Amino acid sequence: MTRPDTDLHDLSLVALAEQLRQRKVSALETAQHFLARAKAHDALGAFVARDDAVTLAQARAADERLAKGSTGALEGVPLAHKDIFVTRDFASTAGSRMLLGYRSPFDATVVTRLAVQGAVTLGKLNCDEFAMGSANENSAVASVGHNRPEPVRNPWNLEHIPGGSSGASAVAVAARLLPASTGTDTGGSIRQPASFCGVTGIKPTYGRASRYGMIAFASSLDQAGPMARSAEDCAVLLSHMCGPDLDRDSTSLDLPPEDFTRALGDSLKGLRIGVPTEFFGAGVSDDVRAAVDAALAQYEKLGALRVPVSLPRTELSIPVYYIIAPAEASSNLSRFDGVKFGHRAAHYTDLADMYRKTRSEGFGDEVKRRIMIGTYVLSHGYYDAYYLQAQKIRRMLSDDFQRAFKDCDVIAGPVAPSVAWRIGEKSEDPLANYLADIFTLPASLAGLPGMSVPAGFDAAGLPIGLQLIGNYLQESRLLNMAHQFQLATDFHTRKPQGIRT
Amino acid sequence: MSVQIEKAATPAKSLLVRGYEVVIGFETHAQLSTQSKIFSRASTAFGAEPNTQACAVDLALPGTLPVMNKGAVERAIRLGLAVNAHIAEKSIFARKNYFYPDLPKGYQISQFEIPVVQGGDVEFLLDGEPRSVRLVRAHLEEDAGKSLHEDFIGQSGIDLNRAGTPLLEIVTEPDMRSSAEAVAYARALHGLVTWIGICDGNMQEGSYRCDANVSVRKPGAPLGTRREIKNLNSFKFMQQAIDYEVRWQIEQIEEGHVIEQATVLFDPATGETRAMRTKEDAADYRYFPDPDLPPLMIAQSWIDEVRAAMPELPQAMAKRFEAEYELSAYDAIQLTQSKAMATYFETVTKTCGRPKIAANWVLGELSAFLNKARIPIDDVLVPIPTALGALLQKVEEGELLNNAAKIVFKDLVDRKDGEIWELAAFIERMDKSIKDRDLGQMNDSSGLEAILDEVVAANAKSVEEFRQGKDKAFNALVGQIMKASRGKANPAQVNELLRKKLS
Repeated sequence: MTRPDTDLHDLSLVALAEQLRQRKVSALETAQHFLARAKAHDALGAFVARDDAVTLAQARAADERLAKGSTGALEGVPLAHKDIFVTRDFASTAGSRMLLGYRSPFDATVVTRLAVQGAVTLGKLNCDEFAMGSANENSAVASVGHNRPEPVRNPWNLEHIPGGSSGASAVAVAARLLPASTGTDTGGSIRQPASFCGVTGIKPTYGRASRYGMIAFASSLDQAGPMARSAEDCAVLLSHMCGPDLDRDSTSLDLPPEDFTRALGDSLKGLRIGVPTEFFGAGVSDDVRAAVDAALAQYEKLGALRVPVSLPRTELSIPVYYIIAPAEASSNLSRFDGVKFGHRAAHYTDLADMYRKTRSEGFGDEVKRRIMIGTYVLSHGYYDAYYLQAQKIRRMLSDDFQRAFKDCDVIAGPVAPSVAWRIGEKSEDPLANYLADIFTLPASLAGLPGMSVPAGFDAAGLPIGLQLIGNYLQESRLLNMAHQFQLATDFHTRKPQGIRT
Repeated sequence: MSVQIEKAATPAKSLLVRGYEVVIGFETHAQLSTQSKIFSRASTAFGAEPNTQACAVDLALPGTLPVMNKGAVERAIRLGLAVNAHIAEKSIFARKNYFYPDLPKGYQISQFEIPVVQGGDVEFLLDGEPRSVRLVRAHLEEDAGKSLHEDFIGQSGIDLNRAGTPLLEIVTEPDMRSSAEAVAYARALHGLVTWIGICDGNMQEGSYRCDANVSVRKPGAPLGTRREIKNLNSFKFMQQAIDYEVRWQIEQIEEGHVIEQATVLFDPATGETRAMRTKEDAADYRYFPDPDLPPLMIAQSWIDEVRAAMPELPQAMAKRFEAEYELSAYDAIQLTQSKAMATYFETVTKTCGRPKIAANWVLGELSAFLNKARIPIDDVLVPIPTALGALLQKVEEGELLNNAAKIVFKDLVDRKDGEIWELAAFIERMDKSIKDRDLGQMNDSSGLEAILDEVVAANAKSVEEFRQGKDKAFNALVGQIMKASRGKANPAQVNELLRKKLS
């Protein structure tokens, strides 16, 4: 075999898949290369589960299929999944002590769909416990190569957080441990870490990707999505992640699978980009503001038009989200009771004591906090004032978007008010963490597709992401927008300093 | 859950107990007859080894999600149509949150604010009087698993086979005024759910279980505080439990105590109810719409389809029996108390061609036998309807007198073999019975003439009286002739011949 000119880990997912298809490199070599690379970068704390034997067996199987002329779109391509997706071959912990060592008897639909295309699983990626967090500081599970739980590190600056909750999914792609990974987004958990780590990520319309096999955080918000270096790679991966799963997920959209690469190459001439004034308030850092401005100017050069729009209830999305998501979580996490699976306290006096101790020991602080908030807002006498009120405002937020989409085709703004903060900087201040979600929450609450596109760096060299929000089912348009931007810029191709290449 | 509203649909007869009016409302859990569970594809079959019929969804494994079983909704629609209820175009599934080891998700999926079936009523007979109980609602929900406390020393076992079994909870207004009425309602609803095929009605297996909300009050007073008797799974216990509860509540009030809202269990061994929990420890279930399940939308076209496929309902069938077979309203309602009986009656009628005789027999001789033998109408010991039809045909054609047919019937049901008999076997037994007992009707006039002559000769006084215009004397003569023929003579024929002879 002729070795490709570029290092395997510098190839895009599309290019690597092509090399594999042309058998310029074997799936086994590819898997070995990436396993070695992952191991060499275990200091980042990206992986929580790896099993060389499993991965290499999958790679050999992919090679056999390639030899027989397999048409799988991802044959031999190494991927890793956020540890929110359940998998048969690796433990599935959701970053929680509650599920240490838990083995699912089935694979998540998203995992199956990618495996059907021939993807080889390199392992599972760390995340905030039950996807609750914006910094990936909330995992209770020790990463591979670590003997205790530690914050996952941002490859652009190891003293900074990578964002969350899909922090490690972003880290693995940014550090080129993988061409792409899967993540989940409940209130920004794909877009914000993508922004903080300088990678591309998309959360599709709610219902596009099956939630079957995703360990539930907030059912009405959770969505799976890909993270990769380019929009093109995301488009390929998203096409294979999405599709109806009506027999397993009642919230799955009954729409045929779509090829999200189909619009790549469309002109942006005349595209109206709505820029919400509320996304550029006082809390937004100058560097972020400048980078987003520059990106919008770039779009204008590409023929798009800049249109001011208003999303007047943007600020309300924080209280609304932090009522609805914890409410759903408090109920979704009731199944972790020590009876059937997962952690059970070693000593207890009776049933109530077993529940109390099991859940006290099994859940971390942030999870407990949200369970308590959620329990409170659903309680008799508070339901109307909190939960019901939040649902009403959620509807208004969706209506605001529809009003805005009368004047524009897509909405653009920052993903987050700032770049990645230092590890520990906000870990004692949950509210500061919650406030940082302000720009990703509105699209989540409305169920709209949103993505993060690398759009620059701050003075200290930390990445800044541009957020694009489309109307329902407009993923192809968003991906093309990002693709056109990436054809004109090189932010997405830059390598983090301090990472051996 | 039930709401007690101050207003009964139809005023019941006053049935005061020690000067108190009894008020009863029901919540019935009917297990729906689907093959698979309400939100998963696991089987609902009863009696399997523990935890062999619980799939990942039933075990609430991480990542699993509920998917609605269309068959369960279809059955809810059937009930709605059968009780003339409103079937909601849009209903909502909610989560009822509480911790218990046999509740795998830590919440039960049920319907709370907007149930699928709203309103409606159940009609039945109580001591021959038509009664109607209004329904508040019927909603779909999943059953929990079972906690097994007996076989584990110091521990409890959990069997999740039942977890996720589809239930329809049918809730009434507090319209019932006696334990007898409550049982009559429960029987009528039981008959209805089995009639329309949505529930197998097996009470031993828990397929049909009732909770009774019982309170007492002085007539005209506001409703008293209710106590809920849980899990009544036999009609006998139901009546006993309610009667005990009523007595207990009256005693408490008479002794100056205040009734506290509570959930109680009936212990058949002691015949008493005892409190399980009181209102103070009532849980806050934190109901909220289940975000895993979109609203349940039911199109009118689906309702129309279900309606078209519905079996004829008891009330409609009773009306038809009145019109088509010229039966009394009472007989028609009696015959439609169960689908099995109605079908039996219609087959007998078709075979013998005489609906009135068929009705009299099914409600008379046959029902008496069923009650005495304590067997259902489809038991193997019961003559198949075509056999009874054949017997009645003999009566209709004058081969057998009605009383003789009753004797033959006793021979037909007097068999211990427990085998399934075909029609031919019944006919053979029937013919043998008639022959052995010499029950065949005396149709040859020569034999009858002889008896007639004997009787006329032996009763000169009566003959003389008849000739003087006393009809009574004629009847006495007929009686003598019938007696002499050992009941085998045809009374009409006797009448005719006797008049001819004496004229």
